[in-house]
Amino acid sequence: MTSVDFPAVLPEVVLALYAMVALMVAVYTGKDRMAGLVTWATVAVLLAIAAWIGLSGSGDVSAFGGLIQSDAFSRFAKVTVLLGGASVLAMGYGWLKRHNINRFEYPLLVALSIVGMMVMVSAGDLMTLYMGLELQSLALYVLASFRRDSVISTEAGLKYFVLGSLSSGILLYGASLVYGFAGTTNFAGILSTIEGGHATVGVLFGIVFILVGLGFKVSAVPFHMWTPDVYEGSPTPVTAFFATAPKVAAMALIARVTNDAFGNARADWTQVIAFLSVLSMFLGAVGGIAQRDLKRLMAYSSISHMGFAMLGLAAGTAEGVQSMLIYMAIYVTMNVGTFAFILAMERDGKPVSDIPSLNLYAKSEPLKALAVLILMFSLAGVPPMLGFFAKFAVLKAAVDAQMGWLAVLGVIASVIGAFYYLRIVYYMYFGQEGAVLTTRMTASQWLMLVASAAVMVLGVINLFGIEGAATAAADVLVR
Amino acid sequence: MTVFAFAFYLFAISAVVAALMVVVARNPVHSVLWLILTFLSASGLFVLMGAEFVAMLLMIVYVGAVAVLFLFVVMMLDVDFARLKGEMARYMPLGLLIGVVILMQVGIVVGAWQPSDAAAGLRVAVTPDGIPNTEALGLLIYDRYIVLFQLAGLVLLVAMIGAIVLTLRHRKDIKRQNVLQQMWRDPAKALELHDVKPGQGL
Repeated sequence: MTSVDFPAVLPEVVLALYAMVALMVAVYTGKDRMAGLVTWATVAVLLAIAAWIGLSGSGDVSAFGGLIQSDAFSRFAKVTVLLGGASVLAMGYGWLKRHNINRFEYPLLVALSIVGMMVMVSAGDLMTLYMGLELQSLALYVLASFRRDSVISTEAGLKYFVLGSLSSGILLYGASLVYGFAGTTNFAGILSTIEGGHATVGVLFGIVFILVGLGFKVSAVPFHMWTPDVYEGSPTPVTAFFATAPKVAAMALIARVTNDAFGNARADWTQVIAFLSVLSMFLGAVGGIAQRDLKRLMAYSSISHMGFAMLGLAAGTAEGVQSMLIYMAIYVTMNVGTFAFILAMERDGKPVSDIPSLNLYAKSEPLKALAVLILMFSLAGVPPMLGFFAKFAVLKAAVDAQMGWLAVLGVIASVIGAFYYLRIVYYMYFGQEGAVLTTRMTASQWLMLVASAAVMVLGVINLFGIEGAATAAADVLVR
Repeated sequence: MTVFAFAFYLFAISAVVAALMVVVARNPVHSVLWLILTFLSASGLFVLMGAEFVAMLLMIVYVGAVAVLFLFVVMMLDVDFARLKGEMARYMPLGLLIGVVILMQVGIVVGAWQPSDAAAGLRVAVTPDGIPNTEALGLLIYDRYIVLFQLAGLVLLVAMIGAIVLTLRHRKDIKRQNVLQQMWRDPAKALELHDVKPGQGL
């Protein structure tokens, strides 16, 4: 270990140490009475680390003999993950408190899984990739069944765990094939062994297996079957977390492993990703139509959005990676807003998440309904909102990379998907009279809902300057 | 055939046969015993490769602890294995189909296998000369791969927190022993002496 090594992982170390200290403090003092304090402290720490990484970092560091890569790309992804995680924690607390499961372990498990995500996005070696992925997933499995008295939550956790372990196994098998070929697990080393722009059969199998494993984590079709059940079964704050930070981390990891390790076999993996992308876009769009539950709908919505993000990766260019990063940042913002609303949905004091309960919601709460309308339009990709520019960026990247057919399919899928987002808006504004939906929001939920809706409108001006950061990030990756 | 080759084939064949028996054995306890044989054969293979430390670890940790734990779990679990087997039979055709496809794919990979020319030069953990392999492993784990080692520690921490979060219940309706309270009791208050006269109650 040299003096450059340690600073490269300092944010991760600080976060992990914070989690351990907070765990000890809470266990030896008030236990679950400390839940509120621990939650807000975790939010503060996550925000502080996000600011630290976002403002301080520059340059390109390869630490621990290439195990960890700290560069513009990892910084962009880390900041997105940290901000997403912090906002989900802040808005989920009210819900957990109301349903009496505000235990102090919740924010700490989230913090530890974010450590895993930070390691994932800065992985420079197949082993680091795996360790980060496992740290992240293991915490998520626990979170999925966090509401242990509920059968459906336990089922969600178990389902996620079994399928997640299977996908990890497949990923490891792929990694071992690649190792057998290259003699090293280091990305730079693997890159140097693949020559002539094409992978040999062994490496090709390795790539496919690794992509299958990672495709599971981002719920790309055909590895998506767990998503609707897990989203529906998990407690809503956990679902909100699933839909944001882990998706960014896994998508960034796919971008990193494909470009850093297999950048010389571009033609091989872009096909695979294009295939996953098209299937995800269409299944997400079509599968969502029949859903009556908002949480399940958001599961299909996330499948479809992951398809679009992968469209950027399938282009295989720096522009594609940049558009993917912007897409993920916007996607996280939209989802934070939408879940802030879903968290607050209640009827007669019980949480509801079925779509018909939104009937004529706009009459009682015009401002919140307007915010949801903006978010739904943005999710659907209707032009004046930011969601349109996200989709536009990935489609443009695909067209520029001579993949016009992919872009055409993307547009078709997006039109199909628009149906279910607009149906929500229809229910809110023109539905039938029925039982009244109440949305008692905590301050943080209200803030997240309104702020993310405002971002969707105001961001059109200059995307809040993330374009420059995303370009810098993409340039590190695609050389 | 040299002794080395003989030993290799002996261990390799017994590993594969035992692994097969783990799956096909009718009695789950027998499965675990076959699993122990698989571990033993694997540790024999490790010795042949010069990795005696890993071989001993496999023997002590897996055979000594993990497999025995498995044995206890299998014996204690009230699982109707016959019914599980029946379930399995339903999915057997599909499973076999997928298995055959994957086997063919693996065949393709192995058939066309060819490591990169640079592979030998890129290896990191080459068996070192001159130092015992416990020391070599220590250098790798605690020096070169310290980050991964610490991450593994974090994974275990999460597993521990998870197990507690999902299973620990603080029951309020049972009486617990409070040792300190017992010791700090004032004997003067706890004990009362009465002089009971014969023929009378208290």
